Amino acid sequence: MKRKIVSIVLVLAAVMMMLSLSSCGKEYDGEINVYNFGEYIDEQTYKDFEEEYNIKVNYTTYETCESLYSVLKLGGADYDVLITSDYMIGRMANEGMLMELDWDNIPNYELIDDKYKKLEYDPEELYSVPYMWGTVGLIYNREEIDEEITSWGALFDEKYSGNILMFDSPRDAFGVALSYLGYSLNTTDEAEIEEAYELLVQQKPLVQGYFQDQMYDKLESGEALLGAYYAGDYICMLENNPSLKFVVPDEGSNWYVDAFCIPNSCENKEAAELFINYMCQTDVTLANMESTGYASPNTEACDIYAEDLDESLAEIMFPSEEVLSRCEVFLNLPQNILDLYDSYMVKLKA
Amino acid sequence: MKSRAFAYPYVLWMALFVVAPIIIIVVYAFSASDGSFTLDNFSNMELYLSVFGRSFGLALIATITCLLLGYPLAYALAHEGPRAQGIMLMLIMLPMWMNFLLRTYAWMSLLEKTGLINRFLGLFGIAPLNMINTPFAVVLGMVYNYLPFMVLPIYSVIVKIDKSLLEAAQDLGAKPSTVFTRVIFPLSLSGVLSGITMVFVPAVSTFAISKLLGGNKTMLLGDLIEMQFLGGSYNPHLGSAIALVMMVVVMVCMFVMNRFGSDDEQVVMF
Repeated sequence: MKRKIVSIVLVLAAVMMMLSLSSCGKEYDGEINVYNFGEYIDEQTYKDFEEEYNIKVNYTTYETCESLYSVLKLGGADYDVLITSDYMIGRMANEGMLMELDWDNIPNYELIDDKYKKLEYDPEELYSVPYMWGTVGLIYNREEIDEEITSWGALFDEKYSGNILMFDSPRDAFGVALSYLGYSLNTTDEAEIEEAYELLVQQKPLVQGYFQDQMYDKLESGEALLGAYYAGDYICMLENNPSLKFVVPDEGSNWYVDAFCIPNSCENKEAAELFINYMCQTDVTLANMESTGYASPNTEACDIYAEDLDESLAEIMFPSEEVLSRCEVFLNLPQNILDLYDSYMVKLKA
Repeated sequence: MKSRAFAYPYVLWMALFVVAPIIIIVVYAFSASDGSFTLDNFSNMELYLSVFGRSFGLALIATITCLLLGYPLAYALAHEGPRAQGIMLMLIMLPMWMNFLLRTYAWMSLLEKTGLINRFLGLFGIAPLNMINTPFAVVLGMVYNYLPFMVLPIYSVIVKIDKSLLEAAQDLGAKPSTVFTRVIFPLSLSGVLSGITMVFVPAVSTFAISKLLGGNKTMLLGDLIEMQFLGGSYNPHLGSAIALVMMVVVMVCMFVMNRFGSDDEQVVMF
């Protein structure tokens, strides 16, 4: 009996010690909750922010814009800063889910190129500060695939059956199919969307599965040979697998801006704006570009970064006007079209 | 009477965290987003029939596999010496101390085309097997994760069977196979029934396994419900309706199954 009591006391003591370890550390002046896509920041940058301003940053990640929207709608989430994509910012702004920013608190907004301001998702520049931008393209394994791919058709080609990865998020998956069919990514024509759905149904037996963040590992390790993914991630993959190639197909693609915004749940707006402003600083931007492989809308940072960047990589990171002219930005769609996307997505996977 | 007072905290807990949520689910399932009463959430259910069918089918396969693997294991375990029993029980429990997602991720790197198993087979010139992103991988994930829930209840019943009953059967001339079918198995039925319940119920509502091991191509009910709350299509009313239908179907399954056991062998609900 005595031994039992001693061991119980020891276990309790160990648990208490772990508890105190987790809560130890210094007192902060404030706290902000930041919600971002996975693998989309240099984690040192927000740690430096914590150090410099004595504001604790609780950093968490999500996989798709749609899941972010659901989390906010369900309520109970208390995020202060979000980083998300253009069309989702447009949707949230329309539905009154975002706070207007106080530009006096974000002087570094000036560093951002006008090209990325007043875009259709935030035409009056009320809600968002661009963070990164890039293109969606087709990534393929040049070592295993003995041809130059220039068309989305490869993702629907039976000879690559079992080696293809497809997006899990509805806008991205349909975006690929719509591009291939030569339709606008923002089409509201239900017949065109249905055609894209039929294409995805035909493609289903050929794909390994529908993924988002997992796609990175699968392409990098050679588990899959081709898939549609983001330019920035391609640049990071290249470090471990130099036989990968990235191409923005001839039919066109999606180019996107991901931006900071502040949801209504924010309780510490000044700290949130301080954080956004800090993230726009050129040195911080450079660190994030280095770590994520994405291009910043901060021209000064891009110029510095491009100086010692390989030309072939620069073309992917900072695509030319010619490439961008083929690409389209996602716009927010009317609710009935979004519902259509959802029901097709469920039918596709069911 | 006094002893009853000790149960009050738990009664309160049940009311707050079991009964209240079920009521909320029911309210959500029968209402539209503007709060008005509707049956629309149920009328579109046939759209998801294939998901229901697949979830119950795969859960059934996983449960039967667990039973076929788990019963002999529990039986063998119950007949070991106390020391071996301790070690083997520990080995069965050990994986459960690790996070469920981590264990499932581990299976991913085993089953992949470039995974450990296929690389090992490659050494002998065997072409890579297509294992990941198939329903097989999903069932494997379920069996791996839920097997302990089958073994432990069966084991705990078998280990308590009175040895003298077996000796009596043998003395009366029963063959070993007859002893098993007429004495041991009937006596262990209550463990089998709770094992089946404890595997089948979580297997039906599994999510994440099909996402990680099934390549998101074999959608299960858990994934469908998650999608309505946290995923692409935000629709908690539909999600609640699906969850409610699933609960009712599971209850019916359990009810039917419990008819197989006699009154004192009934488990869980009825």
